[in-house]
Amino acid sequence: MAACDAENNIAVVGKEEVMMGREMQWLRIDSYYSGDLDNPTTLSQPVMCQHCEQAPCEVVCPVAATVHSAEGLNDMVYNRCVGTRFCANNCPYKVRHFNFYQYQDTETPIIGLRHNPDVTVRSRGVMEKCSYCVQRINEARIEAKKEARDIRDGEVVTACQQACPTQAIVFGNINDHNSQVYKLKQQSQNYGLLAELNTRPRTTYLTKVTNPKSEIKQGDA
Amino acid sequence: MQYQETRRTPAEVLAEPVLGSVQTYEQITDRIASIVLTDKIQLGWLVALTIAMSMLGMMGVSLLGLFYWGVGVWGLNNRVDWGFDIINLVWWIGIGHAGTLISAILLIFRQEWRTSINRFAEAMTLFAVACAGIYPTFHTGRPWLDWWLGPVPGVSTGMWPNFRSPLVWDVFAISTYASVSILFWYVGLVPDLATLRDRAKNKYIKVIYGLFALGWRGSAMHWKRYNTAYTILAGLSMPLVFSVHTVISFDFATSQVPGWHVTIFPPYFVAGAVFAGFAMVLTLAIPLRHVYGLQDFITMRHINNMAKIMLATGIFVVYGYFLELFFGWYSGNEYEMALTYNRLFGPYAWSFWALIFCNGVVPQLLWSTRVRSNEVVLFGIANVVSVGMWLERFVIIPVSLTRTFLPASWGWYFPTRWELSLFFGSIGLFLTMFFLFIRVLPMISIFEVRELAHHKMHEH
Repeated sequence: MAACDAENNIAVVGKEEVMMGREMQWLRIDSYYSGDLDNPTTLSQPVMCQHCEQAPCEVVCPVAATVHSAEGLNDMVYNRCVGTRFCANNCPYKVRHFNFYQYQDTETPIIGLRHNPDVTVRSRGVMEKCSYCVQRINEARIEAKKEARDIRDGEVVTACQQACPTQAIVFGNINDHNSQVYKLKQQSQNYGLLAELNTRPRTTYLTKVTNPKSEIKQGDA
Repeated sequence: MQYQETRRTPAEVLAEPVLGSVQTYEQITDRIASIVLTDKIQLGWLVALTIAMSMLGMMGVSLLGLFYWGVGVWGLNNRVDWGFDIINLVWWIGIGHAGTLISAILLIFRQEWRTSINRFAEAMTLFAVACAGIYPTFHTGRPWLDWWLGPVPGVSTGMWPNFRSPLVWDVFAISTYASVSILFWYVGLVPDLATLRDRAKNKYIKVIYGLFALGWRGSAMHWKRYNTAYTILAGLSMPLVFSVHTVISFDFATSQVPGWHVTIFPPYFVAGAVFAGFAMVLTLAIPLRHVYGLQDFITMRHINNMAKIMLATGIFVVYGYFLELFFGWYSGNEYEMALTYNRLFGPYAWSFWALIFCNGVVPQLLWSTRVRSNEVVLFGIANVVSVGMWLERFVIIPVSLTRTFLPASWGWYFPTRWELSLFFGSIGLFLTMFFLFIRVLPMISIFEVRELAHHKMHEH
């Protein structure tokens, strides 16, 4: 989450705003608990924009400020956003975050040095969300174009993927059948979050394989 | 000629004719025009206007704060992105509907009893639409760019607005509604403006009314063309009664939020709008007829008819609430069932039960002739219905958003003082416009009432 904040110039909004439910984190970790109340098992699920193929946010935006790119990203066009917030209401994952105030300091020159120069600093009144680190994709694309080739699998590494110590996040081209992400998606434990809504999310998850009956040991069969 | 209050049974009270003891054209014109043309400024009116205008001032302050700091001054958050702003938009637009219904639909169906209430009901429509317009305009993050929602490609974003978005449909629906309503109201005023021009003693007032009367002389040719134009406009307004709130309901019905995604919304919103609108017409008509001594024009017959419409539309609306709950259960969909449970027993359940009380239980009193003939009770019921209709939108809009699909994204919503002050401010705007209207324009259509008297005379 910290890597995401730093990479994407995410505003720090302060305690009061977080208490109001206005945190700006593009990536959040949902925790689910199961089992005994005193000693529950914690299950964590990172949730960011799912980049749905049939995105509920896109149809409802009156000014087409959130649209699909040819590569399948759900893009957010900040300078076209008027701020009706309909997209956030219609998002089943609630991963869209609104700039209720001018959270970013754009006046003090030294603050500008803190920002990632490849990412737009959002102003008051616009919606924002995970972009799959589109700036890193663009960077890789430019490099690939210079060498007149396609982007290689694993060339684009998102900030969260780079920072994750257990390598739980994989990013790549799902049209490329040799990519790691394509192969992982073919596994039977692959699922989409709230896929029953027919949003066809591109971000998918692999179910954690556990052994709920601990008395069955490996090799017992 | 003073209105005689005698002891009568409720049935007798309700059997009053649509036109009371005024008989001649002269009397009708005198009674209505004198309210406007008098030089005296009544103290009561002045006090009422002052209160209304101070509430309007509150709106100014609320909008300035909103503009200066941003939408953050409201209690919205990343779970609940719409609250008071959209509740009040829908509430005000709904109130407007009765005016159009009375003026257009009842005109086309030749319901003569509409004549003495249509003018101020139409004015109410316009003012309510103006109040409603404040909300979508200022609730956006960057209101100075709102015009990008309009069909002005090339100069705004370099492209057309997204025609798939219900918000773009709203822009068309509301702006059409506002412009047709203004036109219809103004065209209806022209012969009366000419009457006022002819009767005004003061030279300047004469010129002002004369300008707006567009040279109306009342020739047979004028009247013939006038009737054609007025009927065409009524025909144009008629579908608007149904379309505007239907389109508004699409904001919710086409989304996929449980509690919004409900297919019965269009008819149920329209019925709710007429219900709320008649409640507001009664709220205005009952004091008006007493303060201005208009009991001969707005008779108990009118009040009775309006109460009956309120009762009928109220039943439609309650049927809608029932079906919403039924569908939630019958769908078998766990999200819909959870929503239904949350609505009935969740943390905001008080608002649902208050809604059932206001819109379901209280209006049932209207079955009784005694209640319908008692203006004080009717006034109370009309206000309870207005509160109920407000609660309906509260239950639908923010409460549904507090419990969406993932428990991790459940939230809450409380309005801040900025939202409350903007709401009171919009009531102030409505009242200010209404008080100014009753002072400068005839609140009852003079020529149509004369026409009514004409029919009445020739019946005998």
